[in-house]
Amino acid sequence: MLEMIIISSVKVIVVVVAVLTCCAWSTWLERKVVAYMQHRMGPTLAGPFGLLQPIADALKLIFKEDLVPKSVEKVTFALAPIISFVPAILTFAVVPFAADFEFFGYQVTGIISDLNIGVLFVFAVTSLGIYGIVLAGWSSGSKYSLMGALRATAQMISYEVGYGLSIIGVILVANTLSMKELVEMQGSDSIWFFQNWFVFKQPLGFLLFLTCAVAETNRCPFDMAEAESELVAGYHTEYSSMRFSMFFISEYANMLAVSAVGATLFFGGWQGPLLPSVLWLLLKMFLFMFFYIWLRGTLPRFRYDQLMNFGWKVLFPLALLNTMITAAFVMID
Amino acid sequence: MSLDLAIFVISALVAVFGATMMIFQRNPVASVLYLILSLVGQAVLYVQLGAAFVGAVLIIVYSGAILVLFLFVIMMLNLRSSADLGEPSPPVSRFVKYFVSCLIFLELSFIIRESLGAGSTTSAGIVTMADDSFGSVESVATLLFTRYLYPFELTSVLLLSAIVGAVIIARRATEDELPPQPEKAVGPISQKTNEGQE
Repeated sequence: MLEMIIISSVKVIVVVVAVLTCCAWSTWLERKVVAYMQHRMGPTLAGPFGLLQPIADALKLIFKEDLVPKSVEKVTFALAPIISFVPAILTFAVVPFAADFEFFGYQVTGIISDLNIGVLFVFAVTSLGIYGIVLAGWSSGSKYSLMGALRATAQMISYEVGYGLSIIGVILVANTLSMKELVEMQGSDSIWFFQNWFVFKQPLGFLLFLTCAVAETNRCPFDMAEAESELVAGYHTEYSSMRFSMFFISEYANMLAVSAVGATLFFGGWQGPLLPSVLWLLLKMFLFMFFYIWLRGTLPRFRYDQLMNFGWKVLFPLALLNTMITAAFVMID
Repeated sequence: MSLDLAIFVISALVAVFGATMMIFQRNPVASVLYLILSLVGQAVLYVQLGAAFVGAVLIIVYSGAILVLFLFVIMMLNLRSSADLGEPSPPVSRFVKYFVSCLIFLELSFIIRESLGAGSTTSAGIVTMADDSFGSVESVATLLFTRYLYPFELTSVLLLSAIVGAVIIARRATEDELPPQPEKAVGPISQKTNEGQE
């Protein structure tokens, strides 16, 4: 019993620290990649290749003055950054990060909690993330913030439908809701190690997942909630210092969480030859993150009505179609 | 067992505390937040009973979608205190409210008394279901698609009609439905001169 608690706690601490570290260097990655796409150098001064830039940024944000405008609702204003941050981290509780391994004689499973409804847990937690944004916008008592929050609410409700439906195809094919079993199913010993990845069985489902995931995390080209050319900074206009940086970190944590879920559901999670299993997952997550940044570097922002039309008139019917076709194939099998 | 009991007591207290605070709050947004807290407590209770699926659905559907819509409406109407909610209800309707609430309370306590015999009661007083598959995805799906298939499908028709109704209420009137409008002069300047003549 005590052994189990200690092993679990160590796993939790390691995963949370790893996620936060990845968050910090994702900001560096984003700045560097976008800079090269625009023929700039990006951060170069702090450390080699500007690698210490995230630390410099963190120090700067901590020492900035924490401004709280007069018209805010104090309690919700303070709660909102935390509410947006926690669900992003919670997702990693059900993501299998490595194969089962032995550590100082103890058998350790490569997942914090192997829930038999892991996929549903991911959705439950993701759907709570919206409250951080809504409450931030509402409690700020500023028009720009409120507009950003309203947009975010409508957008996330619309895209959550497509997000959920896009994964149903995978669940139908795999016939399980456990993330661990999903990963184990996608393994293969042959030289074509990727032959069982669900991305090949569910190509349409994957594209829908990818699109909805970008919208769910409020990233470009779906970043209506913080469209800086119209809304100053959207829902976090009134935030400064550490409170702002919590929104900032939670955006990256959300991206990482979605990347991890995408890698697990469609690209076989930690499965892969030669390299250690953790590295495979990190590599696949890195590809997702790079794709995010690539999108931001190349695509213009959607107009708001286009965004809603796209969600309801294109993504939603396609997701339903994908579900029906998959269900029919599963029936025939 | 003690850990189970601790989790049960904490989440039950959280659920009841959230529900109570939801009623006593003056600020509508705070009410919604306490309702979410209460729902999360209830979801934990479901998970503890082994019905993880029901717990997850409670969070996804209620906390994740319906209450977001509640918040959306409250934000759109910019309700910040009970003063924005309008006049307090007349005493007659208040009496009806109390009466119905008491009725529901009696019904619930009756149901709970009846169902106490159904499951086995553990030493800590927690009722657990004898069946392991209680509340799992398979058992819920099996019930929905065999025994309760017709009520389930009828509910979807009900929801569909509600959606159609909402669309009809919210849609704009078409050209030929609009009452015939008197010819208007175009542009702000010519409108102004018209007003001046009147």
